[in-house]
Amino acid sequence: MDFKFNNKKVSGVLTVVPKNTVKFLDEIDNYGFSKEKCLNLQEVMGFNERRIVKGDECGSDLALYGMEYLIEKGLLNKEDIGALILITQTPDHFMPPTSSILHGKLGLGKQVLCFDINQGCTGYVYGLLQAFLLLESSCNGKIVLINCDTLSRRACQYDRNIFPIIGDAGAITIIENSEEENEISLNLNTDGSRSDWLKIPAGGFRKPSNDETREIKELADGNRRSEDDFYMNGAGIFTFTQTDVPRSIKQFFETSSIGIDHVDYFMFHQPNRFMLGKLAKKLNVSPDKMPSNVVEKFGNSSSASTPLVICYNLDKKLIKNRFKICIAGFGVGLSWGVTTLEMGPLDFCEWIEK
Amino acid sequence: MSELLPILDSISPGTDFSQSQNFIDDGLLDSFDVVTLVAALEKKLNISIDGADVTPENFKNLETLEAFVRRYRENNGL
Repeated sequence: MDFKFNNKKVSGVLTVVPKNTVKFLDEIDNYGFSKEKCLNLQEVMGFNERRIVKGDECGSDLALYGMEYLIEKGLLNKEDIGALILITQTPDHFMPPTSSILHGKLGLGKQVLCFDINQGCTGYVYGLLQAFLLLESSCNGKIVLINCDTLSRRACQYDRNIFPIIGDAGAITIIENSEEENEISLNLNTDGSRSDWLKIPAGGFRKPSNDETREIKELADGNRRSEDDFYMNGAGIFTFTQTDVPRSIKQFFETSSIGIDHVDYFMFHQPNRFMLGKLAKKLNVSPDKMPSNVVEKFGNSSSASTPLVICYNLDKKLIKNRFKICIAGFGVGLSWGVTTLEMGPLDFCEWIEK
Repeated sequence: MSELLPILDSISPGTDFSQSQNFIDDGLLDSFDVVTLVAALEKKLNISIDGADVTPENFKNLETLEAFVRRYRENNGL
């Protein structure tokens, strides 16, 4: 589905990552890889170190820490908030919505709209869309978009397809109406026929968690995980990102207000270095314009990886400058989406540790 | 001997790739090995492989892999 907006702007982005750092080379015994294979994967995929939560910490704890940081620093006024949209696949509970829990902890006003969306790697584009739609029909306040996930808690430590890449993070993006001209194009797609390619099979209502689903089993390919753990069809997802995703992005640029050659930065979801390198090549985009350095430093934190790649690479630049940015996400659903907008100078753009 | 065997050996040392008709089904290569093999082929043969071509069919056995590399060399005029 295609969308066009105007007179909207992103005014600040903050990403919170856990202080807890784990290193790929310390975990290789879990995967049964040889040292040589691990070194190859480090070089090609960018497996290095990741930030993951400890214990029972939730994505909303990272988001709360970030919100309190912004409020204490005077970068966000609670009274200015009109809505809080929270995107996660790792909510605190099935119910109530995690956004309502945060609303209570932050002491927000009763007029503040709160809702959750279950989305993953395309979640930043989904969140921006919801923010733009709300602003289109209401002028009451700023939209707080929260993207937070702690999927490391649902990834089996022995699953070599998942565990070496997974990271946790929480991000806060402020979106508001603006006087300035800023035509925003946005496109989102879904293919539910491949919805089982990224999945946590058990633990929901279709297949409740029990002793059997919790048991870690060795699979035909030698990999190990339980049905309560996050599963990814790695080969299928790779092909998806090299076919459906670039095809849609190329089509999108045929009608986008900003041409592909005029984009300053391509801030894409961060699956791994190899996949992004191939995607950049397919789109004929210089790797300098499409950073792929988040996985090696923080891991893939699902929908929060997109604001993280912005904060990690453009923090100082976006405080002073204005850039034409293309944002894209692709993953669970399957879903994929892209948007172009002008960003900056922002009120804040940084990443912090909790 | 195929020039690809030393490259395959660098990905999975000591594995006999010459007899297998299906590297992936026989457990000789997993999806990570395919990715590192692509990177090695690009580096050692000076070709640039399109991500959409990284499919199990092209990496099935020595014959399909040789045909795959040949296509890239022809396209690149090498």
